[in-house]
Amino acid sequence: MSVVPAVLRSWLARRLLLGVAQTAAVVLLVFVLTEALPGDAAVALAGDQPDPARIAAIRTEMGLNRPAAERLADWVVGLLHGDLGTSLTSGRPVAAYLTDGFGPTLLLAAVTVVLLVPAGVGLGVLAARREGSVADRLVSSMTLAVYAVPEFALGVLLVTLFALRLGWLPPTAVGSGGDLLAQPAVLVLPVLVLLSRPVCSISRLVRAGMIDALRSPYARQAARYGLSPARVRYAHALPNALAPAAQQLARTVDWLLCGVIVVEALFVIPGLGTVLMNAVAERDVPVVQGLAVVFGLVAVVLNLGADLVARRLAPRAGVAA
Amino acid sequence: MTELPPTDRETAVPPGLRRRGFLAATAGATATAGLVLAGCGTGSGSSGTGGGTPRRGGRLRAAFAGGGASETLDPHLGNLFADVARAKALYDKLADCGTDMSARPRLAAKWEPNDTLDRWRITLRKAAFHNGKPVTAEDVLYSFRRIADPKKAYRAKASLEPIDLAASRAVSPDTVEFRLKRPTAEFPNVLAAFGAYIVPAGTTTADFARLVGSGPFRFVSFTPGRSCVVRRNDAYWDGAPHLDELEFVVANEESARVNALLGGQVEYAHELNPTTARAHEGKGQIEIVRLRNSAMQSFAMKTDRAPFDDKRVREAFFLIADRKELVDGALSGAGEIGNDLFGKGYEYYAADLPQRHQDLDRARHLLKQAGAEDLRLTLDTSPVAAGFTEAAGIFRDQAAKAGVTIQVKSGSKDSYWSDILDSGTLCCYRSGAMPIESHFSQRLLSGSTTNATKWRHKDFDALYQQAQSTKDKKERAAVYGRMQRRLYTEGGFLVWGFADWIVGTSRRVRGVAHDAPANTLDWARFDKVWLA
Repeated sequence: MSVVPAVLRSWLARRLLLGVAQTAAVVLLVFVLTEALPGDAAVALAGDQPDPARIAAIRTEMGLNRPAAERLADWVVGLLHGDLGTSLTSGRPVAAYLTDGFGPTLLLAAVTVVLLVPAGVGLGVLAARREGSVADRLVSSMTLAVYAVPEFALGVLLVTLFALRLGWLPPTAVGSGGDLLAQPAVLVLPVLVLLSRPVCSISRLVRAGMIDALRSPYARQAARYGLSPARVRYAHALPNALAPAAQQLARTVDWLLCGVIVVEALFVIPGLGTVLMNAVAERDVPVVQGLAVVFGLVAVVLNLGADLVARRLAPRAGVAA
Repeated sequence: MTELPPTDRETAVPPGLRRRGFLAATAGATATAGLVLAGCGTGSGSSGTGGGTPRRGGRLRAAFAGGGASETLDPHLGNLFADVARAKALYDKLADCGTDMSARPRLAAKWEPNDTLDRWRITLRKAAFHNGKPVTAEDVLYSFRRIADPKKAYRAKASLEPIDLAASRAVSPDTVEFRLKRPTAEFPNVLAAFGAYIVPAGTTTADFARLVGSGPFRFVSFTPGRSCVVRRNDAYWDGAPHLDELEFVVANEESARVNALLGGQVEYAHELNPTTARAHEGKGQIEIVRLRNSAMQSFAMKTDRAPFDDKRVREAFFLIADRKELVDGALSGAGEIGNDLFGKGYEYYAADLPQRHQDLDRARHLLKQAGAEDLRLTLDTSPVAAGFTEAAGIFRDQAAKAGVTIQVKSGSKDSYWSDILDSGTLCCYRSGAMPIESHFSQRLLSGSTTNATKWRHKDFDALYQQAQSTKDKKERAAVYGRMQRRLYTEGGFLVWGFADWIVGTSRRVRGVAHDAPANTLDWARFDKVWLA
């Protein structure tokens, strides 16, 4: 850490501490909220056969008759030992749920980000090159239009057109299990749906940031020094435009990783979003808590990374801890 | 006992994603078709999609709504349709429900009661588990004792309650003698109970990883919430399946199941919406199979509290309902109208009672007599089952015409069934297929654990006991008839319809039974299906 300046180090430490506190708060909040929901895992499991004796038996077997505080304490102790607990409904370890669901979600997120960065930045730069040009107006109106379409509607539209009408792509990832790479074609439509909105927001941010930067005194000064317009644009203006985009990107990745429920449901991708939906429906508190920890940590780490990148790209903008 | 599995998972997607049939469109004459499956003795329903000679081979992929990562292969734990379909492929029960809900022998070749109907001798057929060992009386007793374990909460536990398992014994390797706590004429229904599968003696939870059943398919692989692959059991006692392999895949979203079917990714999609069915029926792309009488749809009135403690108010409510409008609106026409009795078309159903029609004048008159003019009450509903919220809205409007003000209250779908059991006065209710006798014993006796209408009458209980100790079937049917007449005139269930269960198949799939309500023997019975 010696290469890291002291100021940055203390800033990092503060950020990490804050992150841990935030994660703990999220977990506590999730626990309280799931406790506050009507019914518990026993009631959910009993379904349309709510025989009180059976519910009581399930409750005893699951240990739900113990006080909430005691269950939370047990869980926290387990967590400190790296044990996320076991699912109430299946008795399988929560860690297995997370690792099973993480693969597909991570793959989707990775493919989306790999395509998102060049597409978003490229479109933004293209639009910013000449403000008000045909290209600019086309990009701006298209991104606004696509951004306005909900993922679910877009997904249904794409499936109907490309899978059912034209038959080019598989309509869902059904039957691929978790191994989506074995059949890369199943990834195309989900990734398109996932890309649609972030591409719009990022390209618009890049465009706005670049136009601002090109108008700024330092860009004009650089031009007066005789630097080529391309160099001014890419070496001086673009990094300034990228700082807000990087933060937006972190939020996007966060959103992608935390399981894009709509896309997973629509395309039958057994990722974290699906795990979360089922766990909430079943009141499977340990699984929900485990997911909350993971989502909390992912959000903290990603935002930290984004702030670091933003600091690096545009130090003068300053980054609040 | 053969209860429709809870459908929590049917709604395990954000409400906004569900495409439920809201259309009150004219759905054709299906609602009044009045399918009557005369009494007992109907064959086990071999009518299927398409005909021709069965062809051997191929892999069929079937998409079900599932339970995600917490799914299990333990057949005694299964709760969902997907669980039952898998259990059915891998295991057998002693008996199963036929199309009319009467028990059909499976692993039990025959059953004989003694004269007092409290001791039943079951003879097992020659059948073997997948490891070659024969299915014996010990396996049967072990399985039932496992289900009835007082420390556990296996689903079929309540259904097996009539059996005195401690006193029951294996007479010989292929004969079990069950001693019962009281006479039970309908004991074969217990053998057909939901989840009463026979596993090899000594099987524990950990063993379900290397599954051994006696069913038509052998276990190959299983990933919870994703897929389960099974392969033909050539030595199956009921004839080897036609398919080489069968894969169950999980797709919770209805549109995903339809898309997978249309896109050729699966050949069988369970549980489709009426609107989807209408869009594709007869278009030639896929086949739509409507399983009639699969789900009873009703409003449950709590008969132990005002205003429904007055039977005139209950009768008035029976007369308020326009059943056709409810079936067309809430079920998009995919069903038929009810007559305030459970089990239309099932064995012992009182089909001779006149069909009830809307009669608002008489309803108003009855309410006035009961001093219940300007009645105001709350109707509990929830998005827990397809059509519930729609039915509540339609009934509210119908009731308004009779001067009754209904406020619809929508509750949580995850705890709905438990919430409505004791609280409220009027609620939306539904039930899957089960024998009429089970409907009585589980919901309408003083001691029933899920008595949502709080119907508690000593004389009704006595009639039930009388039926259970009556050996002669005709006499028994007469007693059931009396019980149903009573419910028809003053019961708490306003049964307005019976919903179809809709299944979609690829055009290559043959041999899918058309007349098997969900949960019966021939429903999701893949050993009789083949690919053309």
